[in-house]
Amino acid sequence: MTNELAIRLRGAVKRYGPITAVDGLDLDVPVGTCVGLLGPNGAGKSTTMRMLTAQAIADEGELEVLGYRLPQDSKQARAQCGVVPQLDNLDVSLTVEQNLLVFTHLYRIGRHDRQAAIERSLELANLTDRRDTRVDKLSGGMRRRLLIARALVHQPRLVLMDEPTVGLDPQVRQQLWALIDRLRHEGTTILMSTHYIEEAERLADTVLIMSHGVGVARGKPADLVLEHAGREVLEVYGPPKRLAEVESEATASRLKTRRTGTSVSILGLDGRDGLGFDGERRQATLEDVFVLLTGEEIA
Amino acid sequence: MAAAERTAKIGRLERTAITGVLVREVVNFSSYWRAATFSSTVEPTIYLLAFGFGFGSLVSTINGYSYVEFVGTGTVATAVLFSSAFAAMFGTFVKYQFQHTYDAILAAPVDTEELVTAESIWIAVRAGVYGCVPMIVAIFFGLDPSWGMLTVPFIAFLTGLGWANFGIMTAGYAKAIENFNYIVSAVLTPLFLLAGTFFPLDGLPRWLQVIAEANPLHQCVELVRAAVLYGFEWNDLLRVGVLVVFALLMWRLAIHAMERKLID
Repeated sequence: MTNELAIRLRGAVKRYGPITAVDGLDLDVPVGTCVGLLGPNGAGKSTTMRMLTAQAIADEGELEVLGYRLPQDSKQARAQCGVVPQLDNLDVSLTVEQNLLVFTHLYRIGRHDRQAAIERSLELANLTDRRDTRVDKLSGGMRRRLLIARALVHQPRLVLMDEPTVGLDPQVRQQLWALIDRLRHEGTTILMSTHYIEEAERLADTVLIMSHGVGVARGKPADLVLEHAGREVLEVYGPPKRLAEVESEATASRLKTRRTGTSVSILGLDGRDGLGFDGERRQATLEDVFVLLTGEEIA
Repeated sequence: MAAAERTAKIGRLERTAITGVLVREVVNFSSYWRAATFSSTVEPTIYLLAFGFGFGSLVSTINGYSYVEFVGTGTVATAVLFSSAFAAMFGTFVKYQFQHTYDAILAAPVDTEELVTAESIWIAVRAGVYGCVPMIVAIFFGLDPSWGMLTVPFIAFLTGLGWANFGIMTAGYAKAIENFNYIVSAVLTPLFLLAGTFFPLDGLPRWLQVIAEANPLHQCVELVRAAVLYGFEWNDLLRVGVLVVFALLMWRLAIHAMERKLID
């Protein structure tokens, strides 16, 4: 039922000259869920995000956001979306409150509701006692929280977050995760792109793994792990030559492997012996699936 | 979703969208108005003083008017140019290239057309105000106040609208901020000198006079002098027409340039 989808993409294609950034992407975001768009840099996540606000116009495909066809009815869709950009684009010489005030106007909140909307956003992002602070005096984490608060000032039905925690230290990232998790529990529909696996695992109901502009796997994080990497993984350490041997023997036994930098992981062992190799047994993770599906080489 | 029926169709050039962008500018202005006012006031004043005293000692009258009257009215166009074309070129470039402001605005229910319209109106309003500064300064040096002066903000606004859009267009087409040098040297400086601000154009070769008639800055200079010194005549409507056409043309070109820049 398309009626229950906040976002519906079918065969979306976006080319930049000879480069095809998005190459026939299908994407469904059901209302009330948090979907994680997971992929390495250059997989087409940001382009997909830009297409959803009609800041990039798809060359082919059907795109619908909140029931509106893009790009022609994008403005109606944008009125009910909140966008958390990857790059900080706050007005740095304005105060926290002034930044929010500007967006109450841009998002057409009526005169009598503006102050309440600002208060609610300040409270949500825990910035109430910073309301009069200029943005250039805020810490990186506070600026990120303000970006999220700004995206929520009009109580959007759908929130688009493009790499919401990129470049932040772990403490700040956890603060933001708590904030995003709170939105999830309040029933806000969220599409979030990220290349942090842990972020997708913790926050997303379902994940779409992207590689080279297409979706290569979709589902609940736990299901994806089970399907592609099994339950148990054997991580074998050794010099590069040894690792290559492990890989070829595992492949000969029809087992999937992935490089983990200093080791090779044999996936989907699930109780069987490790082909005689010694190593550390551990649980399969979404990272195994991610590397398996999006490739080990970085373009 | 059933939402498509619930919300009325949103059209083009909506007042709410334009107001939203204007509010952002007004709120920001509260943080930098001192610097903007300083440069927009001091620069034309320096021109006025330098030329007024420098040339004023050599030239007693031009077409029957004192040199202070002549330059005090003419430098209105200079002030308009500085506070519109230059502000728009650099401001637009900084906002999309460094501050990513336009990414944030276009993610809201605002289209490029509304964004450009609002930005140029805002710059034109400032040009309308700052454009009057040289005239007001000139009053202290002997320019007689007149009722016609009340029309000068409107002349400055209309001229500023065209030049603001010219600046936005330039920023939209420019690949790097260094390319502004070409526009400043090849377009703005010649038109600035060919406006009739500091010397009357009657002495120039005929072909230069023809070019000057198409120069919006010259139309601005002549309209201001008509308003303050000579009184309006019918052919001033033609001058207003040139400014209107200039503003409309630049407005559409600025929108085209920015759509290319901002929408992939």
